[in-house]
Amino acid sequence: MSSLLNNNLLRTLGFVLTIVLLLVAMLSSVVLGYTDITWKMAVEAYTQFDHSNEHIIIKDTRVPRALIAAVVGASLGLAGALMQALTRNPLASPGIFGINAGAGFFVVCAISFFSMTSLAEFTWMAFLGAAIAASVVYVLGSMGREGLTPVRLTLAGAAIAAMFSSLTQGVLVMNEQALDQILFWLAGSIEGRSLDHLQMVMPYLLVAWIAALLIGKHINVLSMGEDMARGLGQRTWLIKVLSAMIIIIAAGGSVAVTGPIAFIGLVVPHFARYVSGIDYRWVIPYSALFGAILLIVADVGSRFIIMPKEVPVGVMTALIGVPFFVYIARKGAKQL
Amino acid sequence: MKKYIPLRLMKGTLSFLISKRLILILPILSLVTLLVMVISTGMGDMKIGPVDVVKAVIGQGSDIHTFVVQIHRLPRIVVAFLVGAALAIAGAILQGMIRNPLASPDVIGITGGASVAAVTFLTLYSDSGNTLTISIHWLPVAAFVGALIAAALVYTLSWHSGVTPIRLVLIGIGLAFATDALTTLMIIEGPLYLATQATLWQTGSVYASTWQDVQVLLPWLLICLFIALIAARRLNVLEMGEDIASSVGSHVQRNRLLLLLLSTALAGAAVSVAGGIGFVGLMAPHIARRLIGSSFGALIPVSAMIGGLIVIMADLVARTAFLPLDLPAGIFTAAIGAPYFIFLLFRHKNL
Repeated sequence: MSSLLNNNLLRTLGFVLTIVLLLVAMLSSVVLGYTDITWKMAVEAYTQFDHSNEHIIIKDTRVPRALIAAVVGASLGLAGALMQALTRNPLASPGIFGINAGAGFFVVCAISFFSMTSLAEFTWMAFLGAAIAASVVYVLGSMGREGLTPVRLTLAGAAIAAMFSSLTQGVLVMNEQALDQILFWLAGSIEGRSLDHLQMVMPYLLVAWIAALLIGKHINVLSMGEDMARGLGQRTWLIKVLSAMIIIIAAGGSVAVTGPIAFIGLVVPHFARYVSGIDYRWVIPYSALFGAILLIVADVGSRFIIMPKEVPVGVMTALIGVPFFVYIARKGAKQL
Repeated sequence: MKKYIPLRLMKGTLSFLISKRLILILPILSLVTLLVMVISTGMGDMKIGPVDVVKAVIGQGSDIHTFVVQIHRLPRIVVAFLVGAALAIAGAILQGMIRNPLASPDVIGITGGASVAAVTFLTLYSDSGNTLTISIHWLPVAAFVGALIAAALVYTLSWHSGVTPIRLVLIGIGLAFATDALTTLMIIEGPLYLATQATLWQTGSVYASTWQDVQVLLPWLLICLFIALIAARRLNVLEMGEDIASSVGSHVQRNRLLLLLLSTALAGAAVSVAGGIGFVGLMAPHIARRLIGSSFGALIPVSAMIGGLIVIMADLVARTAFLPLDLPAGIFTAAIGAPYFIFLLFRHKNL
């Protein structure tokens, strides 16, 4: 398969360029929005803070938002890349396979049934939910080589996603008071999140990121097929368990901060593979960067669609992602 | 022994094949349904014995019983039955028409399309006092249009020199994600009082159903059921596959379109009253097929009964198991239906 960048020098240059793009996206995210802010103000908010509205907005809203979008987008992107490699399924992603929905369900339960309020508790519930949903998908996926093809696994994942989101809606109906607040969170939103949310999950996410970068080499071997990998002496179960843990932490941590945001994990790895080829040592970091950029762009876009109100960014990513999903499903149609 | 009795009306312009097993199974199912309805009516915050329920229904019971039964419980249970029946018939038609055991109006996004349209309708035509500015009777029409658009989209997008079952389901699932996002958007965009209502919509609930809902749904369902029974023989032919169907002289495309419209009309009507109650359209026809076989003349009424029964029972659990909470029935149909869907994925080796 030919890719856009076909040697390591080009890939490195492309990588640097992508980082620059990410920075530009983050800066635009700080500047663009309902309140007009200039580049100068953005800098002054940190150098000569004067308690003006603009400066407060920059420090309390815009900058955290850009950072959260970047971190969550990156996590979802690399989780998607790992899932697609692991299941050898072009439609695999935390959103489609119900992992986001599982994490979301557990967080909503935490709020409604156990009156949990602390961020730490949310985070753990999100991890738990992500782990349960991932295990179900994993068990289904490993049941029989012929029984469950990648396409069927996708269908099974979608059914699990539907089940968890139904359960979540049900819990919400029971708890009308919290509805308005949770609803926005549930649709996937970056608005109104503070840096505290991010700080809470950041240590876990960092570990997951580093592990994901280190595991790329082994994923390359594994993606040749399980028998081949085992023949080459790889302890495939170890790599699979590690990847699964990275996925759970990355997706669960993301949901704890922003609610379930679908389709980033689906779209981004395809683009990363298109740009950098099939070497997962490149695909994973590229997916992380593209994920960050895509989520920031979607977040900025979400501020302008129905101004002065905001669209939850999860709705934006779904509306961007569905045509892409249809495209891949159709492209895969030849084998179906 | 012949399994079917032919019945010809109007000099053969209308004909039905009546399955002999149907004559046995339908009365049994009706009896079970009636029984469950009576028991369900009696359960809740105020317990009412079966005899008192029957008395209350025919207007012979005490005032309080009559009030609770006739105003609160009975319409809800009747609506649950009608909604389940409508979804089940819609599912049976879809599964036969595209020869796909995984098809059902909610799985392939038709219900989602109806939900978007219904919520949009409510947002557009509500004033600030939470009252509709035009008649609620237009709601099924709006839902039907939404369902129709979704069905048309799924069908055209899955077209790739023919439509394979699994591609259709896959694309449908993608579309269902989009309709969910749009519904959420409408909810957040719309006024706050709509939020609870619309959340119910996404899960599917027969909470606070009234006789008016029955009035809206029943004629629609009866007409569709009648057409479905007439169309049953075309479905039987279609289920043999496109090639056989066209070689025995069936207008495959025209019949498909007709059946798709019918299925959409049923699903749309159900959604307009109760929202997207999931997986009923998937499960009921499968259970019915076990009972009666796959000839549609018999399958359609049996599916309808079973679909109705499923929703009544789901709603019974939903409103009594977690008292004082009254949950949407859709949670329970999804909780049973999703694993069932996965089970079907495993069972059918060659989809």
